[in-house]
Amino acid sequence: MQEAVRYRRERIDRGIKARSDTIYTLASHRDMLYLLLPRVLPILALCCLPLLMGSSYWGKVIFYSCIFALLALSWDFMASVGLVSLGQALFFGVGSYVAGGFNHYLKWPIFLTIPAATLGGALICTILLVPVVRLRGVYFSMVTLILPLLFAHLIETLEILGGTYGLLSLTPFPNNWLAVYIAVIAVVVVLFGFRRLINEDFGLVLRGIRDDDRVVMAGGINIYWYKAQAIFIAGAVGCFAGALMTHYYQFVGRSAFALDYTILPLAGAVVGGPGSFAGATLGTFILVPLSEALRALGGLRMALYGIILIAALAVLPEGIFHYIERKYHQFERNVKI
Amino acid sequence: MPDEIILKIENLSKRFGGVTAVDHISFGLHQGEFLGLIGPNGSGKTTLINLITGFVKPTSGKITYRDKEITGKAPYTIACLGISRSFQMVRTFHKLPAYKNLIVPLYSPRVKKFGGGKYGERDDIAIDLLDDLGFERDSFVPYKVAGSLPHGYLKRLDLARCMALRPDLLILDELFSGMAMSEVAATLPMIEKFNREGLTIVMAEHRLKELFRVATRVIVLNFGQKIADGPPKEAMEKEEVQKAYLGTEVEG
Repeated sequence: MQEAVRYRRERIDRGIKARSDTIYTLASHRDMLYLLLPRVLPILALCCLPLLMGSSYWGKVIFYSCIFALLALSWDFMASVGLVSLGQALFFGVGSYVAGGFNHYLKWPIFLTIPAATLGGALICTILLVPVVRLRGVYFSMVTLILPLLFAHLIETLEILGGTYGLLSLTPFPNNWLAVYIAVIAVVVVLFGFRRLINEDFGLVLRGIRDDDRVVMAGGINIYWYKAQAIFIAGAVGCFAGALMTHYYQFVGRSAFALDYTILPLAGAVVGGPGSFAGATLGTFILVPLSEALRALGGLRMALYGIILIAALAVLPEGIFHYIERKYHQFERNVKI
Repeated sequence: MPDEIILKIENLSKRFGGVTAVDHISFGLHQGEFLGLIGPNGSGKTTLINLITGFVKPTSGKITYRDKEITGKAPYTIACLGISRSFQMVRTFHKLPAYKNLIVPLYSPRVKKFGGGKYGERDDIAIDLLDDLGFERDSFVPYKVAGSLPHGYLKRLDLARCMALRPDLLILDELFSGMAMSEVAATLPMIEKFNREGLTIVMAEHRLKELFRVATRVIVLNFGQKIADGPPKEAMEKEEVQKAYLGTEVEG
């Protein structure tokens, strides 16, 4: 009697030898293409998409996706220092209000308000979060969750910064193309900048703080100072996103501190795969357009959205990006046993 | 001055609730000394080390390092003064290559002050340091992910991490625990060499035979109290020390 032939899946790494994270020994153009393709292709896609969509509704969706991608990148950066933020809305809202405030009260032009909001907003956020930087894990998360709610209520009850009406008729971008391309370029710069930074010595120290802060302290490094720096960097990116959105809408209101700006970037980062920055970007570029596409469903939209989120996490808990990355670097074949 | 006291501990105590882990301990540590810190499990060796290096704040007492009070200072401040410690449990960054583990201390203000470790040079310094401790630079070992290395290597990686900080005072918390005999035999001469070159070393250890080969003085702890202090032979001959290690005779 013939026995059934059985197979086993075997995974093999593709043959690019990397001596360390940064030194590759390249053998051919094929190897170079292999490394360049996953970096160049997304940049090209990001740059071409707005052209293809034009000024249609989906052009706007690309802009929103970029804004949320920036927030997700900022979340992922904080997470790689071990600071799990539930308050990206804080960065977004502070950035929005700083840009809106300077523009509304002092009549600053747009090319001043956005840098001012980026740096000033980041400074404000850092000062707000530095007192709790000693808290770890869920305790830190709780504080970040509360701060944006606090701001929204302060603005509402004290009727400062336009109160419930918000600040209206702010300076718009000269044209929509500029806004979209600023957002797209910002995403590309932040994405590749963060990926580079986290593998530099500075980034190694930050990752060390996440993995084991006692060893980092024993190494003579003031972890609170480095955490504050990380919050400043992440805050600058989040505030920049807020400032862009303010001028795009020509309006800033309490909604800038809404939970949406916390949850969507977080969901994007988790679905895409945290820890790689590319995952966070990919995740938001899937989730934001998806949530727009589901608008046609009306009331069922959020329910279906939730189901898709849960399904994504159940099927690919490692994140979409890590799955794609693995498939790209390995090939599989069946081996007879 | 060879007899200069660099670390002075006065009446140091630490209570965790009802347990007194360290009970009114006082001693002075001389420049270039090799001090062994021994005692049964739970006698307060690790707590004492945590107190000196700032990881635990003392209940009472005073610690002075080179005429500067360091009681209750933050761990990183104390580390930057040149007190470097290893951890009893292996604490390495498992996902990083072994040599990248040393980047953290090399990035500290202390090492920057010495002028070492500029941008791009830290990798080379790290590999040099590891090479000295038996991670041969031409082998794959220093470049391997730390999590995949055997326990003995991780312990030595921790030692390398301490040395990367360019310490004046090295405190080793049970470096040899879990190491194979051959690994201990290979590591001991390295530590001896550091001591000969002028590094002051405090070593908490359970492997007494190996420790007594290198230590010139031992302090014996039991239930948080100092029960003996002196050259190894004399300290071990004390009745209290024998009782602590072997227990008292049952009478009757």
